[in-house]
Amino acid sequence: MSARTRELLILILVGLITATGFASVYIARQNEISPVSLSYAGFFFVLYLTAHVVARFTVPDADPYLLPMAALLTAIGLTEIYRLGQTDALRQGLWVVIGVAAFAGTLIALRHDFRRLESYKYLFGLSALGLLFLPALPKIGHSVNGARLWVRVGSLQFQPGELGKIAMIIFLAAYLHSKQEVLAQGRLKDFGPLLAIWGCAMLVLVATHDLGSALLFFGIFLAILYLATARLLYVGVGLVLFLAGSAGVYQTTAHVRDRVTIWLHPWTTGGVPCATHGGALMPRQECGSYQLVKSLYSIAQGGFSGTGLGKGTFTLPGGGNLIPDLNTDFIFSALAQELGLVGIAAILLVFMLFTVRGFRIALVAGDGFSKLLCAGLTFGFALQTFIIIGGILRLIPLTGITLPFISYGGSSVVANFILLAALMLVSQRANETA
Amino acid sequence: MNARVRLLALSSLVMLVALIVASTYWQAWAAPDLANKNDNAIRQISEFTIDRGLILAADGTVLARNRVVRTNNRTYYYRRYPLGALTAAAVGYATQNRGRTGLERSSSDYLTGADQSLAGAIKQIGDRLLGSTIHGSDIRLSLNLAAQRVAMNALGTNCGAALAIEPSTGRVLVLASKPSYNPNDVENHYGRVLRIKSASCKPASPLSDRATQGLYPPGSSFKVVTAAAALDSGKFTPASNFYDPGYCTDYGQRVNNFINHDQIGPEQFGNLSLASAFQHSVNSVFCNIGIKLGAHTLMDYARRFGFGIKPPIDLSSYTVAASGLYQGRRLLSASEDNNGDAGRIAFGQYKLLVTPLQMAMVAATVANGGVLMRPHLVDKVIRRDGTVDKIDPQIVGRAIKPETAAELTQMMEAVVSGGTGTAAQISGVRVAGKTGTAENGPGRANTTWFVAFAPADAPRVAVAVVLENQTGTGGATAAPIAREIMQAILASTANSN
Repeated sequence: MSARTRELLILILVGLITATGFASVYIARQNEISPVSLSYAGFFFVLYLTAHVVARFTVPDADPYLLPMAALLTAIGLTEIYRLGQTDALRQGLWVVIGVAAFAGTLIALRHDFRRLESYKYLFGLSALGLLFLPALPKIGHSVNGARLWVRVGSLQFQPGELGKIAMIIFLAAYLHSKQEVLAQGRLKDFGPLLAIWGCAMLVLVATHDLGSALLFFGIFLAILYLATARLLYVGVGLVLFLAGSAGVYQTTAHVRDRVTIWLHPWTTGGVPCATHGGALMPRQECGSYQLVKSLYSIAQGGFSGTGLGKGTFTLPGGGNLIPDLNTDFIFSALAQELGLVGIAAILLVFMLFTVRGFRIALVAGDGFSKLLCAGLTFGFALQTFIIIGGILRLIPLTGITLPFISYGGSSVVANFILLAALMLVSQRANETA
Repeated sequence: MNARVRLLALSSLVMLVALIVASTYWQAWAAPDLANKNDNAIRQISEFTIDRGLILAADGTVLARNRVVRTNNRTYYYRRYPLGALTAAAVGYATQNRGRTGLERSSSDYLTGADQSLAGAIKQIGDRLLGSTIHGSDIRLSLNLAAQRVAMNALGTNCGAALAIEPSTGRVLVLASKPSYNPNDVENHYGRVLRIKSASCKPASPLSDRATQGLYPPGSSFKVVTAAAALDSGKFTPASNFYDPGYCTDYGQRVNNFINHDQIGPEQFGNLSLASAFQHSVNSVFCNIGIKLGAHTLMDYARRFGFGIKPPIDLSSYTVAASGLYQGRRLLSASEDNNGDAGRIAFGQYKLLVTPLQMAMVAATVANGGVLMRPHLVDKVIRRDGTVDKIDPQIVGRAIKPETAAELTQMMEAVVSGGTGTAAQISGVRVAGKTGTAENGPGRANTTWFVAFAPADAPRVAVAVVLENQTGTGGATAAPIAREIMQAILASTANSN
């Protein structure tokens, strides 16, 4: 069976799962939902069929599992967003269309040789910096929950950091590939680029107030640096520098300090001064850590088997929302309540499989740039998943980045589809030369 | 480079596995704990879609029922408390935005049907999948409504509490705390609860259940425990002779007897026996007994009666306080007791703080021949399929020998027949009791106590009554209330037998 036929069969399976998901949301909430929305699943299937056809023509030998897994994760996200609110689901559906178009566009544009990206590395590097710092600019930059990760132009808003991340990985893979030998010698003056990138990460942290973005950005850099140079020393020095820098920012930035306090002590028995309530004394779980704590309650409510799709409790009887930002940063807690530990473990296993396939492509890729690019993208994907879910599960301080493929949000969807296309391009090249 | 790619892949997988582990922690391990957090609105709202069980008094009167409200196509079951403030201390409330207390909290598993057998649990999962309403079980309490009403009326405008227990079973018959509040106001008219004021105590704290979590100096009511230790240890008998000069010398200082306002200075009794020292509550005698026994023995006996831990009543432990020696707000551990001032502990002063529940347990234990029963409010669980689970009485342990209990009963009878507690006399019934008047310092009002049981020869009820900020003695203020409660219970149990 050819790779693409295999992909098609798995996509049909994903289509069936999606239809079941939408149907169960419909059954649970038929009082509020019109039966027309059941056609979403069909629309979704047609969309991915299109993506499959494009892949069949452009990357016939690429890995057959990545696209269906991405489809499954998007479908899970879309089903949950649809369950939480239908207008958002319509918009997200539109973004998935744009994402698939970006996927197809990337595949078509780079079908001959994606490696020509390497010669535009400085262009990617500069645009990455630009995109990362865009939200820090006055007027268009816009902060949500104290972190400046958004850009708003008119009614359109997006997180440029998502695309910046991919541009940054392309730049790093190309740059470090060309400087591989020099850096591997580990002379003192070659620490220059490391310090420069560290400086950028710290600037991102200071500018966006978001520990998560800085960690993601710097983690990807260290991973690619290690791959290129084989020197764990760089990783060690880098981590120490990052911790020292973060400690410095912790001292000076109240928002970062609050995030850490919330992480360490989300519950207080007595009152603490609450900034959003004019400094009134109230328990922290009703002030700063309100969102984190409510989200943990939602996760715990799911228990082993979950409440079932469409049957979770996210609103007050009157209609008010219990958890702010549920469909973006906290979509995981919504899924955890409705699908339970069983469902969450399954979703995380899909993330793991995606990661494994990504690294597998890096292993079989023939050239250094492909390996660095592919491993960097995959590691970024896994690290981003860890940072956002780890934050929600209180493993690390909570930060406002999106969950790949699942969260509501245009920039995130588009960026992840481009990432998917890049992985499949590398896979195609590796498999056809093999 | 491939080795490095593998290492990177491995670290990525470790991160993702850590997420599965963390999810397991929150969804399996920590879930029950989070479910019980008072600000867990998700849990509470989702529980409001369950047809919660009724809470019934011993006679079947409904204490908590549901009011069905349909909003946004979902059916919610809100709670109503037909008797309002009368049973608020025991029943508590279940609300969406102010959490739960009382039995509504501690018996939530019964009321939401979460305690089911395997077959019931499977049926419940089926109901949930089909989206049909889950029905909880009803609970029937041991609460005697007639006596509860008497107790609440008798407490009147005082701040204080009264508790009655059936000694042989530990069934709680009365649980009254004043000032009280209307549990129906908590969800939507919380301001009304906050505005409750009392002329007798500031703050009024209507939401705190004084019967189970109010900590008071026990005063002379603690002499029941001291006498139990004195007799049970074999070091004294009721006939042991003492000389009372009107004070005892403890740590080189004079500790005076109770100041009787009819006399000038403290009371003096001269030569007297342990029994009459108990009857007239002579501090100097108990002070000397305490010094002889030592703080360790005294507190050891106290522990046998249940001191030192939160009493195992079926209310949530958040609303139950442990009795014992307190340093500030911290309960001292057994090893720290030794340093205690035995002379003052012996007549219920020093750092001793007790709850009315604990003192009722002491009286009930003496009444029950020295065996402490687990106090409980839930008598029966009535499932929707008609099956009834009876909650069996449980023995906590033996506190004192049966002979000690018999001697103590006689001594407590004498208190009521001709001592400080004559106000508790009931015609035709032998009543055993002990007064307590804890002085909170010069110029400050007293905390008064009466602990008792009746009939002394075949006890059917043990009570403890505490009143805050009194000018009178325990015998004058608390004993009449205890009498009324015992009369009410004896009258109703006589009818039913």
